[in-house]
Amino acid sequence: MKYVIIGNSAAGIGTVEGIRQVDKLGEIVIITNEPYYTYSRPLISYLLLGKTTEEQMKYRGNSFYTDNHCTLINGTVTEVSAKTKAVSLSDGSRISFDKLLIATGSLAFVPPFDGLDRVEPKFTFMSLDDAKKLSNALDPSKHVMIVGAGLIGLKCAEGILEKVASVTVLDLAPRILSSILDYDSAKLVQSHLESKGISFMLSCSIKRFEHNTAILENNSEIPFDVLVLAVGVRPNIDFLKGSVQIDRGIIINGKTETSTPDIYAAGDCTQTLDVSSGQNKIMALLPNAYMQGECAGINMAGGEKSFDKAIPMNAVGFFGLHIITAGSYNGEVYTENKNGNYKRLFYSGNKLNGYILVGNVEKAGIYTSLIREQTPLDSIDFALVCEKPGLMAFTKEIRMVKLGGGK
Amino acid sequence: MKRVYVNEKWCLGCYLCEYYCAFAGMNEKDMARALKDVKINPKIKIEEHNGISFAVSCRHCHEPLCVKGCITGALIRTDGVVTINREKCVNCYTCILNCSYGAISPSDEGVVQKCELCIKTITGTPACVRGCPNGAIVFEER
Repeated sequence: MKYVIIGNSAAGIGTVEGIRQVDKLGEIVIITNEPYYTYSRPLISYLLLGKTTEEQMKYRGNSFYTDNHCTLINGTVTEVSAKTKAVSLSDGSRISFDKLLIATGSLAFVPPFDGLDRVEPKFTFMSLDDAKKLSNALDPSKHVMIVGAGLIGLKCAEGILEKVASVTVLDLAPRILSSILDYDSAKLVQSHLESKGISFMLSCSIKRFEHNTAILENNSEIPFDVLVLAVGVRPNIDFLKGSVQIDRGIIINGKTETSTPDIYAAGDCTQTLDVSSGQNKIMALLPNAYMQGECAGINMAGGEKSFDKAIPMNAVGFFGLHIITAGSYNGEVYTENKNGNYKRLFYSGNKLNGYILVGNVEKAGIYTSLIREQTPLDSIDFALVCEKPGLMAFTKEIRMVKLGGGK
Repeated sequence: MKRVYVNEKWCLGCYLCEYYCAFAGMNEKDMARALKDVKINPKIKIEEHNGISFAVSCRHCHEPLCVKGCITGALIRTDGVVTINREKCVNCYTCILNCSYGAISPSDEGVVQKCELCIKTITGTPACVRGCPNGAIVFEER
């Protein structure tokens, strides 16, 4: 059996570990277009911050590829042929497969701003190379503008703040982290970031760039030395050209199979069911990527595995202020907002749909599990768990299983 | 594999497990002296409500969501024990987001902490089990 994996990040590595749970011998080829050992992409901001090193950023230990008998090939896939069961690389070579895994992740979305081609220097912030290039352009005299107040833009802001003269973050949305925070929690996090020295321009739209000046819709002019574009990401799937079914991302089922036999997909390039909302979504998150990959690997090798409990979820911190969120923000709310700690739970139809925690995030996983497992709220002490997440809210019988050796 | 199991029927709510846990990591000889006036942050924690109490620590799951979700590769499962590589952890709290038991917690040292069955601190039976005066926490094969 010959397995080919396109992508060397969390989903690809999860696939290797999944395959090896079932098949110790089959040939595994990993194709990557980056010249690096597998590394954790979310750590690039921690690298700039000095909280990790290139060596510590490795997602797996130094003997991972040899231990798992994998061949790592450097190249860019230009075509997948389902008919001939082979992938073509940009250097003209072809690699055949029995089972293929597509884990090509996402690419930075760069809006076609008028005049952007004359801005120098400008960066995206997705890869280790992006981080290295950005880092080289920074010094204490530089004023940096980051377009996008999402997770990538703000982690970048945190990572570079100490290295530069100023960081201004601009976003079209009226609040920061608009994909994971509501208005009140965003306000709290924004004031924290402002107190550390980051400036924000929200509800702001860029009309065009004139060299290194942004001209806004209201005609104000914002000069900068360095531009970072962190507007959003798009699945990296253009090369697939019809070889598998695509909506916004590659469509996969609960076993991570695509519409084409023997071709699987995992991670940020896919679109899958969010059990907290019942909608199909791209959930570009590392834990989901790994678990989809592992699931794909087990199935590719002939085992049986489902990954059908995906939900959006994020844990992120800025200058010591932690945020954990999960699920979807529908239904009635339970809110606590005191002493800089914020908690809001969203529930309806006897289920917890989602939550936002800022500050005190202890035992957040109790809430995550209620969403993931769709636990009927009338089977637990919901009033207690709202106030205090813990196993206490479950029945004695459930606790016996959880603490007494249940699987 | 032997694991820590908890039977709430026998828990006195005495919190000694928390003290033994904190002491196990300190490399000191006398517990009373070592913990005097110290605000402990143990890896096993008592939950208490309406006369019921029990201790919660890492279950060392067969399918550990904390390990699978770890963004750095700091959490690993070796021979059934889930441990943390403190050099690699960046304190992102993705494991706290994922752990269904609430058994991973922030520490005061810039990395998260969890029960590692005392394999890095003492030999043999974990300290919480040894210190439990009523057999509510046991270390056994189930």
